[in-house]
Amino acid sequence: MTTRSVSAFLAPRRRLQLAGLLTPPVLWLGLVYVVALAALLVTAFWTVDELTGQVQIEWTTENVVEVLTGALYRTVTLRTLGIAILVTVIDIIVAVPVAFFMAKIARPRMRHLLVIAVLAPLWASYLVKVYAWRALLSSEGLIEWAVSPFGLDTPGYGIVGVVLTLSYLWLPYVIMPIYAGFDRVPDRLLEASADLGAKGWTTLVAVVLPMIRPAIIAGSIFAFSLSLGDYITTGIVGGTTQMLGNLVYTNVGAANNLPLAAAISLIPIGIILLYLAAVRRTGALRSL
Amino acid sequence: MSKSPTRTALRAGIATAAVASLAACGTSDSGSGSEAAASLGAIEGTVSILAWPGYVEDGSNDPSVDWVSAFEESTGCMVTSKTYGTSDEAYQLMQNGGYDVVAASGDLTLRLIAGDLVSAVNTDLLENYDGIFDFLKDKEWNSVDGQSYGVPHGYGANLLMYNTDEVTPAPTSWDVVFDKAADYSGKVTAYDSPIYIADAAVYLMTHNPDLGIENPYALDQEQFDAAVELLKTQRESVGEYWSDYLKEIQAFETGDSVVGTTWQVIQNSITSGNTEVVLPEEGATGWSDTWMIASESEAPNCAYAWLDYIASPEANAQATAYFGEAPSSQAACDFRDDCEAYHAGDAEYAEQIWYWTTPLSECVDGRTDVECVDYSEWTKAWQEIKG
Repeated sequence: MTTRSVSAFLAPRRRLQLAGLLTPPVLWLGLVYVVALAALLVTAFWTVDELTGQVQIEWTTENVVEVLTGALYRTVTLRTLGIAILVTVIDIIVAVPVAFFMAKIARPRMRHLLVIAVLAPLWASYLVKVYAWRALLSSEGLIEWAVSPFGLDTPGYGIVGVVLTLSYLWLPYVIMPIYAGFDRVPDRLLEASADLGAKGWTTLVAVVLPMIRPAIIAGSIFAFSLSLGDYITTGIVGGTTQMLGNLVYTNVGAANNLPLAAAISLIPIGIILLYLAAVRRTGALRSL
Repeated sequence: MSKSPTRTALRAGIATAAVASLAACGTSDSGSGSEAAASLGAIEGTVSILAWPGYVEDGSNDPSVDWVSAFEESTGCMVTSKTYGTSDEAYQLMQNGGYDVVAASGDLTLRLIAGDLVSAVNTDLLENYDGIFDFLKDKEWNSVDGQSYGVPHGYGANLLMYNTDEVTPAPTSWDVVFDKAADYSGKVTAYDSPIYIADAAVYLMTHNPDLGIENPYALDQEQFDAAVELLKTQRESVGEYWSDYLKEIQAFETGDSVVGTTWQVIQNSITSGNTEVVLPEEGATGWSDTWMIASESEAPNCAYAWLDYIASPEANAQATAYFGEAPSSQAACDFRDDCEAYHAGDAEYAEQIWYWTTPLSECVDGRTDVECVDYSEWTKAWQEIKG
């Protein structure tokens, strides 16, 4: 069959074309995401041999029940959720003015420089940045030096340190979609709003915010889900703090208890699914 | 059980490896290879070694650090090596097979023996075995029923480190991190592993003798609960837990931590000069590593050759000095100038160390009237302690 005859064969068969185009990516997605996730879900219902640490295929709901009823998991889930929400809110509060300035006020040259400045930290390793924050937060660090004249202390290693560090880490992921959102708001709408007598604040609330809401939600998905799964930052600047990721890590790394780790990982998966469902109801996903 | 930066870095990969091994999990054949060899045969030509980072150095990491080339030249066994990050990762790698020799800490050895993954070692075939300190031989983590399963490599204690400016008078007891921890609230540090529960048990052996703890790795439920309770109280004063030794070096240099558990190698690395270490009067936990031979090894003669070589004074001195622990023989000290700092050969000092051992439900101290708390329960409790 020549190329020409293949094309001739496919030309009227739209569905076959579509199937051919979609099969490879769907297969990849299916294997990497769905099958891996299913394997994880299934493992949560298995058990582990005490001495050898071998996963044994004996069906039990013990792990899941323990995770759902244990006080430890409830505390850590609430703490993780709180940290993720706080990080998301802080990032949005910082990102909206920065993105607005970049999209609407800065001249093109300045805008390019700002985009580079926002993206530059992504070139550095995650670990380097977290260790930099460890140095900053230290009792001999820059933060202590800066605030001690005002009678304050560095927050040190703990939840505050984790929130600050995570907010810093995910900020570019929040700024960029919001910047793109502002960029799509035509200048003439702002002018029209001003012509009709609206002040800056009214324009922002009544015209701009409704238009960039999908962008803000997109940014929040990044900050929220990335925070929810993090455990390295907590290990380095968290002091004694544990997040869900740390519990999973301990059970995989130290305890060799994969089934319990799998059961714990169902919690953030559940939270993210709920969050995405809520986002979907707002219709934000469609206008992305 | 992280003792070097590489170990910590490796940990990130463990999760992936663990998940990948899920697909490959199956029952391992219980081979008949657990019999010790009676005599040595011809050299096979290659030997594959699994070890902690820094144990098998051929100069590729640092040209001046090389004790593998000499082995290859003298025996004709070409070495390939792989490093691991935690005892649990090593256990999984051993299950998958392909290694002839493994360097295992005391919290791994019994699992390897029970899983029939390593074979007994005929120490008569090793020239350098005689020179090894007697207090390291025939211990519960390297021998079963008097049969040796490997050659001791090096050992060290988990010491008490303190900041000499902040902690006065100089402490001689672990009470500064337990009963008196509140004095240094927010600046106490502790080792971030379930095995640290044993440190609390060592403390209770002296300070609460009514509990009747004989061995910190053999705790019945009542003793275990007391240790956990002690650690929950301690947590209120803990600034941070550490498992990455670079993290602790930095925390002591900046003063973020002023008192807590440590390793000798950390004290040697701290440059601020205001820290001291002490082996407190209650004794301490520690590690003692063992070279073992895989039961499925295809190169047992090269494996024996490696065990003999790494126990030889010069090679043992190089490897243990590079890593920062006491060597396994007195003769090795002729090749090191820091043996004193590690109290090498000081049997009395070594007596005070409770070497890491895997806690099992069958009490490792030999009690049969009670059931002990096993390591999986230790792990759960450790997470609850951290809260």
